[in-house]
Amino acid sequence: MRIRCPHCGERDNGEFSYLGDAAPVRPDGPNASAEAMHDYVYLRDNPAGLHRELWYHAAGCRSWLVVTRDTRSHEIHEVAPARDVALSRRRGEVA
Amino acid sequence: MTTISLRDTDSATAATPGSAPVQPFRTAAGGLIDRRRPLEFTFDGARYGGVQGDTLASALLANGVRLVGRSFKYHRPRGILTAGSEEPNALVELRSGARREPNTRATTAELYEGLEALSQNRWPSLRYDALAVNALAAPIFAAGFYYKTFMWPAAFWEKLYEPLIRRAAGLGRAAHAPDPDTYDKAFAFCDVLVIGGGPAGLSAALAAGRAGARVILVDEDHRIGGRLVADRREVAGRSGADWVADSLAELDSMPDVRILGRTTLFGVYDHGAYGAVERVSDHLASPPAHAPRQRMWRITARRAVLAAGAIERPHVFGGNDRPGVMLAGAVRTYLNRYGVLPGRRVALFTSSDDGWRTVSDVVAAGAEVAAVIDTRASVAPGLRHGAEAAGARVILGGAVIGTKGHLALNAIEVVTADGRGETIACDCLAMANGWNPIVHLDSHLSRRPVWDAAIHAFVPDALPSGMAAAGAASGAFTLASCLETGGRAGAEAATACGFAGTSPEVPRTDPESVGHAPLWRVPGSKGKAFVDFQNDVAASDVELAHREGFRAVELLKRYTTLGMATDQGKTSNLAGLGIMAELTGQPIPSVGTTMFRPPFTPVAIGAFAGHHRGKDFRATRHVPSHAWCEEQGAVFVETGLWLRPAYFPRAGESDWLETVNREVNTVRAHVGVCDVTTLGKIDIQGRDALAFIERVCANPFGTLPVGKARYAVLLREDGFVLDDGTVARLGESHFVMTASTANAARVMQHLEFCRQWLWPELDLQMISVSEQWAQYAVAGPRARDTLRAVIDPGFDLSNEAFPFLACADVTVGGGIPARLLRISFSGELAYELAVPAAHGDAAWRAILQAGAGHGITAYGSEALSVMRIEKGHAAGAEINGQTTARDLGLGGMLARKKDYIGRLMKERPALTDPDRPILVGFRPVDPGQRLRAGAHFLAIGAAPSLEADEGSMTSVAFSPSLGHWIGLGLIRRGPERHGQRVRAYDPVRNGDIEVEICSPVFVDPNEEKLRV
Repeated sequence: MRIRCPHCGERDNGEFSYLGDAAPVRPDGPNASAEAMHDYVYLRDNPAGLHRELWYHAAGCRSWLVVTRDTRSHEIHEVAPARDVALSRRRGEVA
Repeated sequence: MTTISLRDTDSATAATPGSAPVQPFRTAAGGLIDRRRPLEFTFDGARYGGVQGDTLASALLANGVRLVGRSFKYHRPRGILTAGSEEPNALVELRSGARREPNTRATTAELYEGLEALSQNRWPSLRYDALAVNALAAPIFAAGFYYKTFMWPAAFWEKLYEPLIRRAAGLGRAAHAPDPDTYDKAFAFCDVLVIGGGPAGLSAALAAGRAGARVILVDEDHRIGGRLVADRREVAGRSGADWVADSLAELDSMPDVRILGRTTLFGVYDHGAYGAVERVSDHLASPPAHAPRQRMWRITARRAVLAAGAIERPHVFGGNDRPGVMLAGAVRTYLNRYGVLPGRRVALFTSSDDGWRTVSDVVAAGAEVAAVIDTRASVAPGLRHGAEAAGARVILGGAVIGTKGHLALNAIEVVTADGRGETIACDCLAMANGWNPIVHLDSHLSRRPVWDAAIHAFVPDALPSGMAAAGAASGAFTLASCLETGGRAGAEAATACGFAGTSPEVPRTDPESVGHAPLWRVPGSKGKAFVDFQNDVAASDVELAHREGFRAVELLKRYTTLGMATDQGKTSNLAGLGIMAELTGQPIPSVGTTMFRPPFTPVAIGAFAGHHRGKDFRATRHVPSHAWCEEQGAVFVETGLWLRPAYFPRAGESDWLETVNREVNTVRAHVGVCDVTTLGKIDIQGRDALAFIERVCANPFGTLPVGKARYAVLLREDGFVLDDGTVARLGESHFVMTASTANAARVMQHLEFCRQWLWPELDLQMISVSEQWAQYAVAGPRARDTLRAVIDPGFDLSNEAFPFLACADVTVGGGIPARLLRISFSGELAYELAVPAAHGDAAWRAILQAGAGHGITAYGSEALSVMRIEKGHAAGAEINGQTTARDLGLGGMLARKKDYIGRLMKERPALTDPDRPILVGFRPVDPGQRLRAGAHFLAIGAAPSLEADEGSMTSVAFSPSLGHWIGLGLIRRGPERHGQRVRAYDPVRNGDIEVEICSPVFVDPNEEKLRV
């Protein structure tokens, strides 16, 4: 696989490590419930189709990335810095 | 006309020592070989001659050797079926000694001077194989025989059945010595990758190259050209071989075109990544100096043209595996390319117009055509007249139903259209049953080919993104259509990459017809009719699978092993499907096709490993004191990538324990220095750095003042401990966190995840400085005295000015910036001094010099470990991903008033169960006994069982401070049970002793030595 890192350009997937689904949002703060945290830690969808997922450019710029990949074809539609995605989520934007 | 000899010719021509070997089946002239360069080789010890340009197969045939191996299950005599990488039969052991290589296809092994080959799977000899009796027991070995015959008792499997089967049904033997050759890795990037160098591939490369694209053309053969160097063809008024030579010359003149011959493209991967293996030196006896044996290419291409060609299909009839029965295309390759007669009297069994091309080639090479048997009732008059003019009998609507000959073919049994049988003498039978486009590579990304009824074959369907098929690989079988589709695909690929590609004009070619009506099995066959030659799967096995209900294609494959040999069924899969389709009354596409997976042909593991062998398997990291440690004869230990000094033996010390004891005692009584650079060091800066540290660490930091360090424990979000270390506050917004050696990279990745993804609004930056700072622990009662002579004057090291857990920026060696922390892993008065890595060696030597008067010793990871066990500190054996902070006795230090990673999940009932094993210390009841890590705890008198298991010993050491073995371990309700005795049960090492539960802190429990 080849992943186009927004900072480093297109690189071999050996430079990256995979984490998984980017959808779950950590229930932050002292008031978070154990149930919500359990779902965040353990529950994942396994879609056939587009999947937004977290990759880490370990052997590159050390950026966490949100990669939009089609799980059926491995086609990659978009790669964005995870920090940018997280910030726009904070602002309430659909991301 | 040559005199016909139909005796078994095998081995008959082996030369006597001293005389020049003759090659009785070599034509007088012709072929793309260099007759001026004779070569000698041996097969099963007999000497033979060949010429430069031969393969082992062509050279064997030139010598009249047709029997080259025994089959996998039945030990039937087998010969050479093909002239390429699809060969299922002619597998040999090539070379000898450490270079011995089993299952090498004689059809692709290039001949070199002194080549040694042995036949496989025969005993005592190829001609007299004792296990050929397996053929008599054939009913036992039919499909599914493993499941039916060797059913019980189960214990017989390991001891009797499996060794028996493995000895009887084996292929070659691997070398036992390490591979003496080197293997290389290379990376290449191009616009257009062309896979295959036949007419389509060359046209594609020319079109793309002329447009200015960066082109890589790979071909598995040592002579590029595909069928143009195997058939007698005409392109643009020249011979096909001449057109190939001109095309290669033009490509060679283009600076951005690279041609890789002897290179198999074995795998297609996502996003335009391809794997190829180049056989750099396989055609030589041994690699030249500094040259690799093979080179693994990782090619990244924006576009690819798949022009891999097609594989001819055998007929399935009785005795179709007898040496001398060959694919028609292979017969022509041996005649035209190698100047070799596969036989002197050749019969042709065909179901396609293409097969008839063989007739004129045989005649032109000076051999005789015995007969042409076409399964079709009528053919174009031109074909028939040509064959009859060549003196061949023509039998239309007939079939070959059997073969004769002891170890090789001497006659075929034919049935004519009106049902009459007859026997025709011949020493070679050419089979032509149509061609299968090579759909392996386009299937590697899970795309299934589709059935093309017009050509009776599977063709690529939706190709992987960026890939186009051309020529025979796309089902375009005529030469003209190969040239046309190849040129067009090359031009389109170049255009897609931003170049102005134009399809070249298609050169004129000689006329041809491609009429074809396949016959999947010949009815009324005599004897076993093989579908898969390499795995000995016959038509009767497919019929058996059908009768027993294994009809789905994947079941058929696994039940019969059809297509599961090293050739992945290149010559057999479709016949198997065709027969199953007939039996079930379905069309072939309804039966389906199995998946092909990389590699296209077997690839040596060595080629994948490349230079990453032995000590070069991974990088080795040296600590800054490495040079000194080597000078002192330190014993090193590998921890992750690091090579750490384990201990420093001195003259007169008899074993490692004596050395380690001396190092520990010296630290506890005087002073020692240990290289702890391997710890991860993460520099964290920014306005929100402290807030960030609060969220990632489970213990509170809010009160940590500048100039102080604190122990830190990090949890995973699921509540288990991730790692521990220290956090030092060097400035208002400047912190340095350490992580354990093994977890350094993982912790860094985790912190980056938290910073970038969880809390992007926090204002901080972080970077790993593990490589930048050498760090040394100086420990022992005289540590302060030692450091006074190392740190530049003016810094107050007194206990009052620089107490336990203090940290500061200092200078050493007259102004070199350094960091000093007063932290202790050993429990002694201890410091860690960090200096820029470039000064690491000098600083290490300076510390030793400064400590010389105080009796300093260097100590290694062993002594470090003994002292941390004496102090009850958890380390990697305890922080193993299955323990919580509470399990490790750290529950009391966790923060109660903040949110942090792992806070909620660590409260799950199972993780707070009072019965969970908790860290305590252990000592043997009999002080003379040794403890073993890994022992499990049982109540005294309890029988060993999972239910009775109370926990396990995680770390042990001989404590020189106490004079007996001590251990740390996790046991149910451990802290409540100090003084109780339990069994430490270690059946693996026959250990079963009584131990007493105690505090994990064995030395200086009141920390009197730490804070002085």
